[in-house]
Amino acid sequence: MDPTAIHAEKLCRHYRMGETLIPAVDGVTLTVRAGEFVALLGSSGSGKSSVLNLIAGLDRPTSGSVVVNERDLSQLSREDLAHYRLHTVGMVFQSFNLIGSMTLAENVELPMRFAEVDRSKRGDLAREALERVGLEARMNHRPSELSGGEQQRAALARALINRPQLLLADEPTGNLDSHTGTEIMNLLREFNRQLGMTVVMVTHERTLAERYAQRLIFLADGKLVGDESISAMALSASEDGQLR
Amino acid sequence: MKLPDLTELAVRNLRESFLRNSLTTVGISVGVASLVAMLSLGIGLQQLASRRLMKSGLFDTVVVTSRRDLRNFNREEERNGPAPGESRILDEPTRQEIERLPNVVEAYPDIRFITELRYEDKPHLTTIAALPASAKSTDAFETMQGHFFSSDMAPEAILQKAFAEELLGKAPKPGLDETNVKELAAPLIGKELTMRYAQREAAQASTGDQSLSGAAYSVVSREQKLKIVGVADLDPESMRGPTRARVFLPLKLAESLHVMQPTDLREISRTASDQPVYSSVSVRVKNPSQTQTIENTIRKMGFNTFSILDASKSIQQFFKVLDVFLGIFGSLALAVAFIGIVNTLVMAILERRREIGIMKAIGASDGDIKKLFFAEAGAMGILGGMVGVALGWAIGQVINLGTNVYLKSQSFPPEHFWSVPWWLVAFALVFSFFVSLAAGLYPAGRAARLDPVQALRYE
Repeated sequence: MDPTAIHAEKLCRHYRMGETLIPAVDGVTLTVRAGEFVALLGSSGSGKSSVLNLIAGLDRPTSGSVVVNERDLSQLSREDLAHYRLHTVGMVFQSFNLIGSMTLAENVELPMRFAEVDRSKRGDLAREALERVGLEARMNHRPSELSGGEQQRAALARALINRPQLLLADEPTGNLDSHTGTEIMNLLREFNRQLGMTVVMVTHERTLAERYAQRLIFLADGKLVGDESISAMALSASEDGQLR
Repeated sequence: MKLPDLTELAVRNLRESFLRNSLTTVGISVGVASLVAMLSLGIGLQQLASRRLMKSGLFDTVVVTSRRDLRNFNREEERNGPAPGESRILDEPTRQEIERLPNVVEAYPDIRFITELRYEDKPHLTTIAALPASAKSTDAFETMQGHFFSSDMAPEAILQKAFAEELLGKAPKPGLDETNVKELAAPLIGKELTMRYAQREAAQASTGDQSLSGAAYSVVSREQKLKIVGVADLDPESMRGPTRARVFLPLKLAESLHVMQPTDLREISRTASDQPVYSSVSVRVKNPSQTQTIENTIRKMGFNTFSILDASKSIQQFFKVLDVFLGIFGSLALAVAFIGIVNTLVMAILERRREIGIMKAIGASDGDIKKLFFAEAGAMGILGGMVGVALGWAIGQVINLGTNVYLKSQSFPPEHFWSVPWWLVAFALVFSFFVSLAAGLYPAGRAARLDPVQALRYE
């Protein structure tokens, strides 16, 4: 049995909108094992992105806890949380979130600047990461000069640059056509399998999730309403289908 | 984040909104330029005033008199020092002692006497004073016709304008003094004067009576030929100490003549030799700021002193106040620039809200974001400071040039009104850097506190 990568216990995140209190995440308890590929599914407003933000250390729970690699994120200082995001987590977003004024190489290099990686090593590391996602020829282009798929691949290269253990993807194919989406999903699976990274992906496309994830977690109104494991057989069948 | 990365990112961000950041930087430049311009004007004027005051010889000169000279009676000194009859004599050894004091440039006796001068066989009675070689640099002789004494022993004389008029038989015009010194000097320079004077001569100790040695000198009438070398354009009623005479001789020459001085008679009962006794000694100090110390030292030696230090103090105070006011006015523009920086950076936060969110999502700490905004503010400050100092300096040069062109047209000698000392340059750069950092304080804090989830949602 693989060790626990993420454990959320009675996780709550409530937002106040004027007089009303909105429970975006409402008592979610879940465990993700290291090396697992998990899809968080649910309709709009189900709280899946909020859960992802809490795991990413971008947000703090109103109550409950989220423990990643035996560290309770709710107990970390702002500085430690930034350090956690820098070294433990890699994130990709629906809207890619690359910095428009920087080239792809510079975008990929940016987390290394924050991690104070030696200047002489950064260029090579960025090139390697871009080669891995097939963008070595585009490294001096700005994001606006690239297609959506290329931008998302660059975002993946950036997410991997500090060798995190956890890859969090928030609707990574949401802005892409199905063919490009498949490319991105294949990359996610490759990282999951070859690098042993734990992947948590938020999506509302059940078929996509079923094809790539080992486990589907369903959320509705901030609550966990279902947790299904996809059998290895079903996964390999979907891979075969995909290959044909 | 390391400093080189920080600088690189800051410069990149500044380049992104080039026009807005340039305008903000120009704002800082104008602020720094106005500060530099105002302060350098204040400093320049102060330096000009001290230069003129130094040249006047008023503020760096201490006049020393003996307490035995009852004309300089001063009750306070009387109470604190020895009685006049018991106090020291101002003679040559004392003069040398004073000259050896630290920060004293020179101490020279005030030789002044009234005697007869003959010019073209006509007698003229006037006051004659001796001048040390150092007097050449005082402003009193700046506009003089002819030249200063060729040596300290040269049998030469410099006339004051009024005396030159008298020699030429011209009546001084009442009211405005518009006499042209050039016209006066032309017929006089190179001509000869004959000075008749009473020489104090050491008598032969023929009587062998030691008790009379104090009075052992005689007074002999002598003549000395003098060549007129210059005519000074001085106000005869000028307050300047050594210039209150109408004819000047070189100091060493005057000393060698042993002209009978009033003090010689007063000290006749006491002096045990023919060594001269001076009525007063003028002490020139290296810097006017040391005048007070020197005065105190000489007072402790048992002499009376006089200097125009209080006037100099109030002038210094005036310039300090002027500097403060000019600094405040100069800083007003910098205060406007300060608001400009705050505005630019707050705008940048709004514009780059999402970017800040992305940076935080990929691991930037609050400190990284804060430092980035500080670096941007600091870069604008340094750049604005450098341009501002150059601009302030250029404004100074232009005003200096313009004023001197005007002065020249009014036939005044050129002056340096503007002074940008190196410390002002350093101060302006450091000041603009810190003002910019202070301006960045609020925006940087605000950017650092941004909630990454909110910032990422921002379109």
